[in-house]
Amino acid sequence: MEVRRHDIVIVGGGGAGLRAAIAAGEQFPDLSIGVVSKLYPMRSHTVAAEGGAAGVIKPNDSIEQHISDVISGSDWLADQDVVEIFVNQAPRELVQLEHWGCPWSRMPDGSVAVRPFGGMKTERTWYAADKTGFHMLHTLFQTAMKYGNVVRYDENFAVQLLVHEGRCQGVAALDFRTGEVFPVVAPAVILCTGGGGRIFAFTTNAVAKTGDGMALAYRAGVPLKDMEFVQFHPTGLPDTGILITEAARGEGGILVNKDGYRYLQDYDLGKPVDVNDPEHPRKSTMELGPRDRLSQAFVKEQAKGGTIQGKFGDYVHLDLRHLGAKRIHERLPFIVELCHEYVGLDPVRDLIPVRPVVHYMMGGVHTDLDGATPLPGLYAAGECACASLNGANRLGSNSLTELLVFGARAARAAVEFGRQNSALATEALAAQAADQQRQIQERFSRRGSEPIARLRQELNEAMEVGAAIERDGEGLQQACNKVAELKARLQDLRLTDHSTTFNTELPAALELENMIDVAECVVQSALARTESRGAHQRRDFPKRDDQQFLKHSLAYRTDAEPRIEYCDVTITKWPPKERHYG
Amino acid sequence: MADENAILEVFRYQPDQKSEPTFQRYEVPFHEEWVVLDALNYIKDHLDGTLSYRWSCRMGICGSCGMMVNGDPKLTCSVFLRDYHPQVMRVEPLRGFPVIRDLVIDLDDFMNKMTEVKAWMIPKEERSIEQGEYLQSPAQLARYRQYSTCINCTLCYAACPVYGRHTEFVGPAAIALAQRYNMDSRDGGYEERAETLFDEHGVWMCTFVGDCSRVCPKNVDPAAAIQQAKVSATKDFYRSLVPWGKRRTET
Repeated sequence: MEVRRHDIVIVGGGGAGLRAAIAAGEQFPDLSIGVVSKLYPMRSHTVAAEGGAAGVIKPNDSIEQHISDVISGSDWLADQDVVEIFVNQAPRELVQLEHWGCPWSRMPDGSVAVRPFGGMKTERTWYAADKTGFHMLHTLFQTAMKYGNVVRYDENFAVQLLVHEGRCQGVAALDFRTGEVFPVVAPAVILCTGGGGRIFAFTTNAVAKTGDGMALAYRAGVPLKDMEFVQFHPTGLPDTGILITEAARGEGGILVNKDGYRYLQDYDLGKPVDVNDPEHPRKSTMELGPRDRLSQAFVKEQAKGGTIQGKFGDYVHLDLRHLGAKRIHERLPFIVELCHEYVGLDPVRDLIPVRPVVHYMMGGVHTDLDGATPLPGLYAAGECACASLNGANRLGSNSLTELLVFGARAARAAVEFGRQNSALATEALAAQAADQQRQIQERFSRRGSEPIARLRQELNEAMEVGAAIERDGEGLQQACNKVAELKARLQDLRLTDHSTTFNTELPAALELENMIDVAECVVQSALARTESRGAHQRRDFPKRDDQQFLKHSLAYRTDAEPRIEYCDVTITKWPPKERHYG
Repeated sequence: MADENAILEVFRYQPDQKSEPTFQRYEVPFHEEWVVLDALNYIKDHLDGTLSYRWSCRMGICGSCGMMVNGDPKLTCSVFLRDYHPQVMRVEPLRGFPVIRDLVIDLDDFMNKMTEVKAWMIPKEERSIEQGEYLQSPAQLARYRQYSTCINCTLCYAACPVYGRHTEFVGPAAIALAQRYNMDSRDGGYEERAETLFDEHGVWMCTFVGDCSRVCPKNVDPAAAIQQAKVSATKDFYRSLVPWGKRRTET
């Protein structure tokens, strides 16, 4: 078994992973950086982000205002030192991406354009039409190709963290082409594997988003933080869950119920301004409220009977018609394309059916503001991490910037750690990888009776019902029981493909295991948090409870269900207040 | 529920089991709203777990799921069963590439070509972060924007008759991406890319059939990029003949 050795190993080739690779590759040309990604990097889900990336750049904006928006948006569960660092570094990172060629949309004077986004009191979201994630990812990928010291392992799946004497020193990776498991070792590892939205049935997330890095860290004893906070984006297409960007509302789109009424005004999100009024859309109110509040308003409107019944669930309408063809085609061309292809509608003339859809996980691998986890040598960045920037609710357009800021920070910290801890227990690590290969072979040559698709579907249904926008103790307990049952049934999984050449059934089985671990943390953390905050709304505990729960949850792996502990939120200059929109 | 079935004939090749490719016939429920990829997922989940193919975003942006459907290169997440049914759908790996297994093609050649053409920004003038962004007018952005929307799905290679015979041809997407940077007002890398773009495997191999642009699911129009590159190379050639001429660094 060949051991591949690098100075850093990055797991995941999406936005965070590539930003980390470039940060290390550019600043330290003498170092070798391995990028292990189960997808070709440009296929990563960063590609599907649409609306934009937030960063203070215009004279009418301020660092203080962005900080305050993020903290309020987080329902005070963000760590304020992390928010300050993020907001301060955001503009630099976005300018850096511009220098690498990102085709940001422009103002007539040639400076970058910004647009309003939900929960932001000032327009500060940089955008490349409505394919911002796509352009960012391709810019990063193309830039990364320049660095000869960035070595890619495309379509290689990290199946285990290699930990020796309390230090993470690499990963065991499964090569899809050969079916071989081999060790990729380095004194520091950065997880950049994205979220796990696929644990739910109805999600904007690509099939690749199965919480892999979260599960790897969790099994190595690293806690997953704030996993109960799952973001439902208010506007997904029914059936497919395809995302209709918040930028549609940033540009002035409105949400209406079955009677054409702007129902958000009934849910403490301010008063509507006429769409022809130059004041529209008024920032941080109505359609530009934060995502948690808008998705919750949908559920309340549904209970009131104001939504429209459809073949694929209830929905409301997103109306862009008043924006006119020119603006729609210029600012939202991808939305036009998606509506045309997938629902046969033209947003210039037609209303778009939308409903809330699982989009993002605020929680993730517990890290500090440098991406360091409690396990020495292990770092994490991007959606798979929880540096506690987003708290209980992320504001739209912060995640694309987050993966740049924290991808770069994690890389620098990882390089520094690696310099001070360069010794590797190569033989022991290789033995672990060999053992992992044996375990995988043994488990998957057994012929069980449970098809992967059935377990996955049951998991999806349990999460959809139990961990929905509104939850309660009983429903969450049922979801916990179901997940525990599925975990037991995993032992009896049926695999039919025994080929070693590009076997896609084996990774699907491993992904299912990851999803079940991540799902268990979500429902157990949600059950334990007996309050309502941000995206976590408990019918049985409808109030925020700062006395008990101004805290991050930490889910630790045990042989039974996870053990839930809590740690303090860092509050510096912004003491908890009521959130106010409108 | 569907009360009729759609029929797919799917290319199967498992090199560690059988040396010869075959076609396997599957029946899946016909749903009006299903894309071809949904049918493949139904096969994978319910009929045959051994079928291998790539997919991820299922919304036409990640570029993973390109395959031949009834002889035409398509993103299978963007074409519907209803576009073919009741005709049988013949699903094959993208033409012109080595097949790793079933519908999975080998992308190494394409990935190398992206590197060879230096599809990244080579700045005309260095600028520090403190100096802020390069100014670029909407009109300057519009000159290259279309080429920057390539999703690397490689349908254009599958359609290209030249690449089908001569895989050393740099090919449509890589040329379009090189042009994307050549046309960018911030970029000064034309000369560096010219070595690959205008050598014997570069733009001159293109016979301008235009199939690349016809099959492109994102309207990138690589054929236009190739013609544009030919024109700028030709101008450079004539300029090099006159004493006051000088190779341009911008197209």
